[in-house]
Amino acid sequence: MASVQISDVRKSFGDVEVLHGVSVPIEDGEFVVLVGPSGCGKSTLLRLLAGLENITSGTISIGGRVVNNVHPKERDIAMVFQNYALYPHMTVAKNMGFSLMLRGASRSEIDARVKKAAGILGLNALLDRYPRQLSGGQRQRVAMGRAIVRDPQVFLFDEPLSNLDAKLRVAMRTEIKELHQRLKTTTVYVTHDQIEAMTMADKIVVMHDGVIEQMGAPLDLYDRPANQFVAGFIGSPAMNFLEGKVSANGSLYVQTSGGDKLPLKNIPQGSNGREVVYGIRPEHFELGEGGLGAEVVVVEPTGSETQIVARIGNQEVIAVFRERQSVKPGDRISLRPRADAVHLFAKDSGKRI
Amino acid sequence: MSTVEDAEGRTIRRGELSWWGRLQINRNWLALWFMLPAAFFLLLFLAWPLILGVWLSFTDTRLARPGKFIGFENYEWLWDDSVFWLSVFNTLLYTIVASIIKFVIGLYLALLLNRHMPFKAMIRSVVLIPFIVPTVLSAIAFWWIYDSQFSIISWSLKQMGLIERNIDFLGDGNLARASLIFVNIWRGVPFVAITLLAGLQTVSPSLYEAATLDGASAWQRFRYVTYPLLTPIIAVVMTFSVLFTFTDFQLIWAMTRGGPANATHLMATLSYSRGILSGQLGEGAAIATAMIPFLLAAIMISWFGLQRRKWQHGENNE
Repeated sequence: MASVQISDVRKSFGDVEVLHGVSVPIEDGEFVVLVGPSGCGKSTLLRLLAGLENITSGTISIGGRVVNNVHPKERDIAMVFQNYALYPHMTVAKNMGFSLMLRGASRSEIDARVKKAAGILGLNALLDRYPRQLSGGQRQRVAMGRAIVRDPQVFLFDEPLSNLDAKLRVAMRTEIKELHQRLKTTTVYVTHDQIEAMTMADKIVVMHDGVIEQMGAPLDLYDRPANQFVAGFIGSPAMNFLEGKVSANGSLYVQTSGGDKLPLKNIPQGSNGREVVYGIRPEHFELGEGGLGAEVVVVEPTGSETQIVARIGNQEVIAVFRERQSVKPGDRISLRPRADAVHLFAKDSGKRI
Repeated sequence: MSTVEDAEGRTIRRGELSWWGRLQINRNWLALWFMLPAAFFLLLFLAWPLILGVWLSFTDTRLARPGKFIGFENYEWLWDDSVFWLSVFNTLLYTIVASIIKFVIGLYLALLLNRHMPFKAMIRSVVLIPFIVPTVLSAIAFWWIYDSQFSIISWSLKQMGLIERNIDFLGDGNLARASLIFVNIWRGVPFVAITLLAGLQTVSPSLYEAATLDGASAWQRFRYVTYPLLTPIIAVVMTFSVLFTFTDFQLIWAMTRGGPANATHLMATLSYSRGILSGQLGEGAAIATAMIPFLLAAIMISWFGLQRRKWQHGENNE
């Protein structure tokens, strides 16, 4: 186990710079999730960490040692690939023991460590099978087994669950988290799925276009997103954004172009009359008198909650209610944003006010 | 009583159908019906001539004179014929040496071409050139290169002062064998290289990355990842390579016609020489037929080599 320090790392492919100076401190034993939309550079950062690509500038150190020019095999890291990258011509046991075999470990030692890892992951019955004979979830587990066997300083996961079906994904998510709690190995996990990030991470790093938008504990990101991008990315369904102008006279509302008055709890200093984006999460709407007049467009009951897509003026918003609601498309309803849960962002920079 | 559905979805009780009716709706038989035309042409143009050829080897047919059945006499005659045994030796030598070298160079080239490098597409097509030049054309080119008086190799070596007299590439037995093997390799390498390259490109790059992180050196990545994953295609390409080399005729005939003193006669050229040129059709056919066991052996080896690899065709766990 080791801490990892990523300092001002830049990466260019030819003339195109895909990482523009990224710094992430990772503590020993921490579970860090890099999350962002495709093309944000999260996988590239992971590959730099693994040593599969060369760093253009900046430094990466693992356990206090700068590894910029250290060969991948000497970095003592293990990686789980999106497509698992199991060796198709080797049995599960051989796949898991391959790194030990290369290191020249004795047969009995390989056997013991493979058995131990297989025990942790429930793979004992599958050790003699070939990858072809396994289901997606089993392959996923073998890929993790291959990483565990090595007892590395750092685990890297590159979108490991994206090839699994929804139900299995949830199960494996829990399994990986359990595994981390048990082994306490420093882990860097890449995903585009914010739910995975929220549920698994000690620390989330939200990336976008090669820069870090925000870094922090899952609930901090949820409660205090630093900018409009993070606010829209974290949370599902996504936060609603309504454009408007903070009242100039000190009254507690934001006025939209349609004339609706969106309530505020307080006005941040010096924001009177400012053009803002008013952010409210779907779960922070209440139904009731004195709210914003809205027309129901779609009703989506999921059983545990009800999602209502409604139109306020010319903008669509999503509201989520724990209770069952008996509304139909076309109904007029009154949506009241909870003033204490409002996020305000500057319209020009997108930064939190 | 069990029931089946016919093509229109009508349910029919099995007992009601005649055997002919059952054959008409059975899927396996349907496949057979579709294959019949192809099978007919294969039998007519491949199997039948082969059978005729084997039959011919049991007769004393000569050019323009029908023969009669003479049993194994041709084979007995060949058994005591030192030239025949020389041609068998030549063929085996030619096939084994050329195939091994073609494999090694072809694999090396394929690995090289599989890397990222400038002008990749152009280099790949250049590699194919020996393969696309007609055999006879390249044979004539090499004939000149090997010529006893005008050889460019001899000339160059003389210019450099390394030798004093021309090398008679095709005049000396062993030298002629080596020269022909060289030309065969030159012609055969592109086929091996391009096919293996195609195989290499099916290997997922993430396997190499995984192996790198697992601590494998370049040689270990080849030994434990590339090579095993390539074995199925190696088996196929080497079977073809061996078959083509074993039955080679054009190169030899264009360059040496089996000479000097039968030193480069392969079974194919000897068969042609005896059967067509000397008119001993029966004996020529016997030599050609004698190639069949060797070819079958080569096919069997690769067939059983392919069978062993359980990991490729996976689901059932035997």
